[in-house]
Amino acid sequence: MITYTAGPAIQADGLVRSFAQTRAVDGVSIAVRPGELYGLVGPDGAGKSTTMRMLVGLVKPDRGAVRFGGADTSTAGSGAREAVGYMPQQYSLYGDLSVAENLRFFGRLFGLTSAERAEREARLLAVTRLECFRDRRADALSGGMYKKLALACALLHRPRVLVLDEPTNGVDPVSRRELWDLLYEFVGEGMAVLLATPYMDEAARCHRVGLLHHGRLIAEGEPASLVRAFVHAAFAVTAADRDGAEALIEARPEVIAHSPQGSGLRVIVDSAARASFEAWAATAPVPMVLEAMAPDFEDVFLGLVAAPHDAPEEADA
Amino acid sequence: MSGEHVIDVTGLTKRFGAFTAVDGVDFDVARGEIFGYLGANGAGKSTTIRMLCGLLAPSEGHATVAGADIARSPERVKRAIGYMSQRFSLYLDLSVEENLRFFAGAYGLSGARREARVGAALALANLSDRRTTVTRELPGGLRQRLALASALLHEPSIVFLDEPTAGVDPAARRDFWRVIRDLARGGTTVFVTTHHLDEAEYCARVGLMVDGRLVALDTPSGLKRTHVPGAMWAVECEAGPRAIRAALEDVEGVVEIEPFGRRAHVRVRGELEDSRRFEVLVAAHCNAGSLRGAHIEKVEATLEDVFLALVGDTRGGPT
Repeated sequence: MITYTAGPAIQADGLVRSFAQTRAVDGVSIAVRPGELYGLVGPDGAGKSTTMRMLVGLVKPDRGAVRFGGADTSTAGSGAREAVGYMPQQYSLYGDLSVAENLRFFGRLFGLTSAERAEREARLLAVTRLECFRDRRADALSGGMYKKLALACALLHRPRVLVLDEPTNGVDPVSRRELWDLLYEFVGEGMAVLLATPYMDEAARCHRVGLLHHGRLIAEGEPASLVRAFVHAAFAVTAADRDGAEALIEARPEVIAHSPQGSGLRVIVDSAARASFEAWAATAPVPMVLEAMAPDFEDVFLGLVAAPHDAPEEADA
Repeated sequence: MSGEHVIDVTGLTKRFGAFTAVDGVDFDVARGEIFGYLGANGAGKSTTIRMLCGLLAPSEGHATVAGADIARSPERVKRAIGYMSQRFSLYLDLSVEENLRFFAGAYGLSGARREARVGAALALANLSDRRTTVTRELPGGLRQRLALASALLHEPSIVFLDEPTAGVDPAARRDFWRVIRDLARGGTTVFVTTHHLDEAEYCARVGLMVDGRLVALDTPSGLKRTHVPGAMWAVECEAGPRAIRAALEDVEGVVEIEPFGRRAHVRVRGELEDSRRFEVLVAAHCNAGSLRGAHIEKVEATLEDVFLALVGDTRGGPT
């Protein structure tokens, strides 16, 4: 159990939630302290969204409790939850309002003063690069632009706790960086942020990361510590015939996971079988060159997800 | 097969009122090619795709897709192509197979032919073992593969995929791209947009849109040679990327510094391309305390570096 001198801004203990026969979330405890950026990663269907919905009070846990700044949400009433901002994956904006009108609407809804609204709207329009689209109707925006506008609306009021479910899906790489700079700024001012992301470079930029798989947290810690604790070997593989090399590598028993990297492949190999893999590659039917690499966070993700884990318990266990 | 263009685009332009979404774009795509179309949000990628799919009439210029003129014969274009949009729709209450049967019916397929095509699309998308799963219960990555399968039922010679892997985890993205590469090997032309620039490495050629214009078009390695020349060093230090920028940005020969997670990618030209020279530079800063605990590693430039160089330059935001 982690303890902090300053109490966590949001704390979940032993969250469990089943839907029909499926246990979507199976005993998840998470604490995020003020000024901390916590990343939740995991394969599709791991339970990330359900966990976030329980955190913000939209889904009632079968078991477990959520506390904000020490107050139990099930008994403390709505006050505890007012300090929480949440952006779901499917965020609804007013389709027939323009970009600027949506921002103005949400700014008023959050009770910002007109000076605060003007300053934040201008800043958010610049960061999201939506300035030249300010008069476009939200319905006429591309998927990525819509997402950026939704995120801008969620960031308008600065709640003490912000929960973001895959905020940068479909957002281009330049805007993604700028949005992250903005998140860092908010976190620097003491906001607690918990976000889910499918981007491993984003996960690596969080203060702490939790890896959710089959509804359970199978790893948690600072990204750098998780990378240091990674026991397998990572290789960059280059081959003139990449497809041919990939087909052979995939069939090797030592290989835990592989993924494209640049114009080559990145391969994670069971550390115990490292020598046999290297020996095999040296004389493989498709010529390939191996280079040992320092593992990164994506390797940790692919390695942990590919490794066998206990099946989730039955719902009545 | 080589040299045969299945997409030919000349001066393609689309205006919405005073706004020019696509501005005089020229390119061609060969049969069986995986063609990547990159750009920032709002750069005009989806508008280009919608014109090429016969869904939107161009304001100017012309294009032929699978031999049909997009402005004069949009219906012929639609029959020849498959399209997976950013906001694809599936019937969540139907099973995987029922969804495919439904879409096959919409394409006018029936009887044994329909069953054969549904089976082939399931096999191609690697969903055969999920045929009876209710779509609502499919994880996101598999739903995306189902949407792709439904775009392939009528055996299109060209498929347009608009950000098919948005929001998909790394393992599922790799599996999705395996399907794309199988398709291309079978002779289907693939036109794809993505913000995952590691995926663009699978493309034979990549075009990059900035504010409606196609500003670069080349193979991935050609783009890197042209737009991010020199050597690239990944630098890490205790104080993080900002400290690296502060220490190195004014050094002669340092062209660019971009934060990459906890590290920064430092691109250099001239003498600093020599590893010993760069090590000496970093060691001096390390000793002076500005880059405490510094560690350097030579890295290959990526398409993300190309993207940042071309797209990052054109905007006036904070650096």
